[in-house]
Amino acid sequence: MILVGELSLWVALLMAAWAAVTSCTGGVLGRQDLIVSGRRGMYATTAMVVLASIGLWTALLTHDFSLEYVAGHTSANMPKVYVFTAFWGGQAGSMLFWSLILSIYSSIAIWSVRDKAADLAPWACGVLALILLFFLATTCFKANPYDRLAFIPADGKGMNPQLQNPGMAIHPPNLYLGYVATAVPFAFAIAALITRRLDASWLLIVRRWSLVSWFFLTVGITLGMWWAYVELGWSGYWAWDPVENASFLPWLTGTAFLHSIMIQEKRGMLRKWNVVLVVVTFLLSIFGTFLTRSGMIESVHSFAQSPVGTWFATFFLASTGATIYFVYTRLKDLEATAELESMVSREAAFLYNNLVLVGIAFSVLWGTLFPLISEAVRGSKITVGPPFFNAVNIPLGLLLLGLTGVGPLIAWRKASTANLRRQFFFPVVAGIGTGLLLAGLGMRNVHALIAYTLAGFVSGTIGQEFYKGIGARRSIHGESLPVAVVRLVARNRRRYGGYIVHAGIVVLFCAFAGLAFKKDHDVPLRTAESTELVDPLGHRWRFVSQGISTSETLNRFVTAIGLEVFRDGVRQGILTTEKRQYFDSNKQAQFEPATEVGIRTSAMLDLYVVLAGVRDDTAELRISFNPLVVWVWIGGMIMAIGGLIVMWPQAERRRAPSGYVATLAPARAELAAMK
Amino acid sequence: MISARAKFLVGGVLVLGTAGYLMATSIKDTGMYYLTPTEFATKLSVDPTFRNTGVKLGARVVPGTIQRVPGGKEYAFQVTDGAQVFPVVYRGIAPDTFTDGVDVVVEGRLSSNGTFQATTLLAKCASRYENAPAGAPNDKYKQTPGYKSGSRA
Repeated sequence: MILVGELSLWVALLMAAWAAVTSCTGGVLGRQDLIVSGRRGMYATTAMVVLASIGLWTALLTHDFSLEYVAGHTSANMPKVYVFTAFWGGQAGSMLFWSLILSIYSSIAIWSVRDKAADLAPWACGVLALILLFFLATTCFKANPYDRLAFIPADGKGMNPQLQNPGMAIHPPNLYLGYVATAVPFAFAIAALITRRLDASWLLIVRRWSLVSWFFLTVGITLGMWWAYVELGWSGYWAWDPVENASFLPWLTGTAFLHSIMIQEKRGMLRKWNVVLVVVTFLLSIFGTFLTRSGMIESVHSFAQSPVGTWFATFFLASTGATIYFVYTRLKDLEATAELESMVSREAAFLYNNLVLVGIAFSVLWGTLFPLISEAVRGSKITVGPPFFNAVNIPLGLLLLGLTGVGPLIAWRKASTANLRRQFFFPVVAGIGTGLLLAGLGMRNVHALIAYTLAGFVSGTIGQEFYKGIGARRSIHGESLPVAVVRLVARNRRRYGGYIVHAGIVVLFCAFAGLAFKKDHDVPLRTAESTELVDPLGHRWRFVSQGISTSETLNRFVTAIGLEVFRDGVRQGILTTEKRQYFDSNKQAQFEPATEVGIRTSAMLDLYVVLAGVRDDTAELRISFNPLVVWVWIGGMIMAIGGLIVMWPQAERRRAPSGYVATLAPARAELAAMK
Repeated sequence: MISARAKFLVGGVLVLGTAGYLMATSIKDTGMYYLTPTEFATKLSVDPTFRNTGVKLGARVVPGTIQRVPGGKEYAFQVTDGAQVFPVVYRGIAPDTFTDGVDVVVEGRLSSNGTFQATTLLAKCASRYENAPAGAPNDKYKQTPGYKSGSRA
């Protein structure tokens, strides 16, 4: 099977080249036989990549240490599940994994339009095949997981313990699923540019795949934050590290696109902008991969530096060049069919939303690249850290949060005073009420107060929409409350799914604002000694050291300390935190010591304890009170659920289309027929 | 009557202008030189007042120099890039990965006695995500007699 897999990888490379050439020639000549052949070539490539992947999984699970990749990333005493996830744990495997997802996505996308969008399909297939060809070529020639060692080591080198965590097992594949999904909208955008078929037909398929990408990026980023928080022991979840930024960038532009596409659907505006956003989102995904793999930027996450950097740079520049050429030569076909009529309109709110999202993306990109830029321009490397990103992104983020409340409620074209009063009276009261209440309770942090005021406002808008919708259903259809809620959402998935995503955003912002009240304490504790600390909510905590213990289990030595925890004099239980030293089958220490954080979560506050070090019988502890952290995960989950609701295929409703939507009707019918 | 488009553009320029202003000022206030010991020494010799500027120093811990000051959370060690050596004092909790010979990034400034007073200490561990990092462990195999790069059975 391993040999089959290895051969399949090379066959896949040839098949991808075949699919690219026949599809594009078929597109140029309009020859149906070539087009069909190209499509089948894509299916065949997918089959081969799947075989190649099964081969690598077989090698991993049978511990075939003759493969450099298997020996370098796993060991015999590792839990099976992490042997399985080692597939994407290293450079070569993750390149193959990328190809695997891309080929499956491509086949699904091409299959779903096989008899429709006759002009677009061959070109989209050709572009996807080209991208796949690049990834397969990089895998085959520069990072081949099937490279063999000349001898067979007795055991592999194992996996870094920090990666042996459930979050790490599912976080990278989610990010990959999100990154790679941006390739499909890109391919269809390029196909639409080439064929000048820039009407509605490409928009629908592009929107669907952008949602897929957005969903997986959201889940992936949330899981990444969770992993960093529970595993790395620095008591935070986001550090504006280049690798984190790389995943955030396509999320930002993708989010911008999902909003601006609505303006194109309803009003025929922003057509150039939308093409640009689709393309930029894909390029940022590629750029993110390149950034993390080339070692160009100093990052705490050090991936192996490797020769794939040059390949990625070339590919990135080639795609950028091609895109600029196609957009420039097709500018006339991208003229808007309507103009902005008023500043007080949904269009304007969405435009600002786009501006802010892209502004955030730009500042993040700028901050990430600043060391390189400053070195090129001024000759010395200057780095910027979290203070930079916070200074820029807190104001922009708050503006965005405010727009989240305005956008969905304000009228299209031009809002009347009556519209404004009707829609915004209650939310504004809710927002100001929240702010005053918190200020009254003694909150003095300005940023946090603004954040919670805006959160109250946006919650007001969302609550009002649900209240009105549910009320209408109950009075018209006489439904019970739960039935009305379910039907309301189910029958208007895009709208109410969107509100649910917004609710998730509100929850996230509330959690972020909680960080303003975070407190860290460094405490040395001898056995039976105790310390007393006050948390940001005013509770008194007492920690009594139960002493330091050492033990040895399966594949690690453990140094642990137990703390008896009291809050306001009431015993909360024992909290333990550990330092672990992993070892291999021969009891040789492997990797640096890892920290096992002691976390006690509650709705208002996480208690986060790290054993920083042990000297004689004194344990050095870092005890942090992290307010509202649990709401970051909950907010992320709510967003993902909202995204799922929006994505879920829905039978087309029989409603007379109007305005620009009318021109979409045929394409919609086409899409509906595909299902 | 000013068109809505023009008004939007004014608003847009305001938003982006504010963002740009925030970016520029925060880079000025919080941006830090990221230097190797040699670059740092060169800058110091050109401009002695540079010692008052906070910098990030990326270097390797000289093996065997790490000392823990008894009774405190203070570490004293030396860093080098092979040419210049700087003594560093850091007060705080050191990361797990901080050991002899690792690459570290220390942030702080040079005190009058020539010691680098670090306020943060980051230890970079090349093997953090890839167990087979740049150059090193994989090459261990490659140095084994009989190893052929990329050879396939």
